[in-house]
Amino acid sequence: MANATTEAAVASFGGRMPVNYNMDVVKKFTIATVFWGVVGFLVGVYIASELAWPGLNFGLPWLNFGRLRPVHTSAVIFAFGGNALFATSLYVVQRTCGARLFGGRAMADFLFWGYNFFIVQAALSYVLGFSRGQEYSEPEWHLDLWLVVVWVCYAVVFIGTLLKRKEPHIYVANWFYLAFILTIAVLHIVNTMALPVSFFEAKGYTLYSGTQNALIQWWYGHNAVGFFLTAGFLGMMYYFIPKAANRPVYSYRLSIVHFWSLIFMYIWAGPHHLHWTALPDWAQTLGMAFSIMLWMPSWGGMINGIMTLSGAWDKLRTDPGLRFSVTAVGFYGMSTFEGPVMSVRTVNALSHYTDWGIGHVHSGGLGWVAFITFGALYYLVPVLWERTGLYSVRMAAWHYWIATLGIVFYISSMWVAGIEEGLMWRAYDKNGFLQYSFIESVMAVHPFYVIRMLGGVMFLLGALLMAYNLVMTIRSPSTQRASVGFGSGPMPVAAE
Amino acid sequence: MWKAFSYVEQHTWLLLPLTLVTIAIGGIVEIVPTFTIETTVEHVEGVRPYSPLELAGRDIYVREGCYLCHSQMIRALKDEVERYGHYSLAAESMYDHPFQWGSKRIGPDLSRVGGKYSNDWHYAHLANPQALVPESLMPHYAFLASSDLRLDDIEGKMRTLRTLGVPYTDQQIADSGKDLEAQANGQSDVLAFAKKYPHAALASGDGKRVSEMDALVAYLQVLGTMVNFADTSEESLQQ
Repeated sequence: MANATTEAAVASFGGRMPVNYNMDVVKKFTIATVFWGVVGFLVGVYIASELAWPGLNFGLPWLNFGRLRPVHTSAVIFAFGGNALFATSLYVVQRTCGARLFGGRAMADFLFWGYNFFIVQAALSYVLGFSRGQEYSEPEWHLDLWLVVVWVCYAVVFIGTLLKRKEPHIYVANWFYLAFILTIAVLHIVNTMALPVSFFEAKGYTLYSGTQNALIQWWYGHNAVGFFLTAGFLGMMYYFIPKAANRPVYSYRLSIVHFWSLIFMYIWAGPHHLHWTALPDWAQTLGMAFSIMLWMPSWGGMINGIMTLSGAWDKLRTDPGLRFSVTAVGFYGMSTFEGPVMSVRTVNALSHYTDWGIGHVHSGGLGWVAFITFGALYYLVPVLWERTGLYSVRMAAWHYWIATLGIVFYISSMWVAGIEEGLMWRAYDKNGFLQYSFIESVMAVHPFYVIRMLGGVMFLLGALLMAYNLVMTIRSPSTQRASVGFGSGPMPVAAE
Repeated sequence: MWKAFSYVEQHTWLLLPLTLVTIAIGGIVEIVPTFTIETTVEHVEGVRPYSPLELAGRDIYVREGCYLCHSQMIRALKDEVERYGHYSLAAESMYDHPFQWGSKRIGPDLSRVGGKYSNDWHYAHLANPQALVPESLMPHYAFLASSDLRLDDIEGKMRTLRTLGVPYTDQQIADSGKDLEAQANGQSDVLAFAKKYPHAALASGDGKRVSEMDALVAYLQVLGTMVNFADTSEESLQQ
């Protein structure tokens, strides 16, 4: 990255006219990604502290854990993750298609402002006491409708750009982005179907009830993981790792197997969130079977990502951005092994309802989603703002180690807490009575809640370092290029 | 085979519909049968729609995010049944829009908390959980006691739920305001109310106004009490 040259886009498209890409909207989404990342991690640290020291709720409705947790989950998934997906997908689709974004500047700007308006409104509504009461799908009906409008425009822009492409092939990263956009539309629309109490009321009731509602919610919930947090970010992996390593994707055939098997199998896995519940057994069994099978495509993708570094492993020492990306794929492999294990009914009997689940989502969330995003950001910012390189590679390396250590604190404390809770809840004494009251399990995990909070603080500190580093990359004279990039010149690309 | 895939990813109008079909299959196979197989929800006696006050309380439970720390789903496992009571039935949440089964127990399961503690215990506990359980992580909900419950929207809520299949009668909807007051304060026609909503617990309101806490307590007190398991046969619980 440090030796990025000013080679023009024209060179990489076989002498065709240079394309005037819309990088303005990508920049906006990039800035929003960093901003919401810091906000989301901060709220996460706060609610983790509330669980360690409940006095921090202060008895204030808008500071209570129950209202702030959706703020945290929405901020990290939809605000941080969502803006990262918008930024990278709109960048990748233009660069790999050799075409400017379809729909013009106005539509691209609408995506940015429309989506971030949704985020702000959703967060405010939770704090003020509005919620649909379904995890990761808390906004009430009017905001859900607004998101549909934004999302349809997103699909139009993305698909329109694919149709305009100058390359014969649709690049593999775009398959994953496309599957993510389409599936999220289907999931969101079906899951948020609701009947408002009145046109002028925020309150609405979901169309489904009880068991069916539970199944549809976890079909949605698990595939928000599968398509928002996995397929979309795999798109990121398939573009930025080859780019940063300067190597082609390890195997084209593996990409094909990875893509089709992953999107086919993921959608079945939802019922593993409902083992031993009132959901009929046949559905639980189907969910478990597909969750276990899902291990294979997941690891196929992991192998494809990591093996792309063949012959370029030395770059891990010099490029902290690439180190983030590759570590992310490692965490992806780890949590896509842990997931199938937890989906086995016998294991789930112990792990469900405990902090093991919280640890699992954070090894995926922090290790995979956030790390692959950090890798993309460290690559993207110097390219977008036409700088010679990062302001400080050393600071990025510090970010890497602080954040990695934070994750280790987080997930190992949650493993211990979760297994301890599971074992205490089912423990019997020698007379055949349940050995522990519920509150004893709460007391037992207190130290681990403190450690988890510290892990979160470290992760937040790392993100703050990154934010400073990226701002300085954009603004510092030390990263200024000699005399290029102003006016209507073609977009420079990184060293090929 | 590889050639076919290579052809697909050179054509947006092939890649797009094929992707949609691929992701649709699993969801359809799993979700549709739960609407068509009749035994998905067991046929048991006793489950009734929530009374107006319970419904209002339930909406507060949803709004405050109680489901983020409390499950309402006792799994069919020995220790859970011994700790919390009979495993939860699908029928017990069939009128729940939305379901509140939850996914994490930072606090205990609440599916059968109804009748387990007195009203007074709940009022005191919601206001200051640590006064009763010193090690509790639960936030304070004293503000619910000082917030007046909205009364003007309850009829609209019941009508909306009836459209979605919750069997409220015309009488129940017409009497919603009266029934709500009766359950909150036990002052107007309690007997007429109790006939419409068996097993409903009266809240302990102060008789002057209905607070949000009155509603929440009424909801908590009905949880898990509707089905009489002594009179329920094993066969009727088959899914």
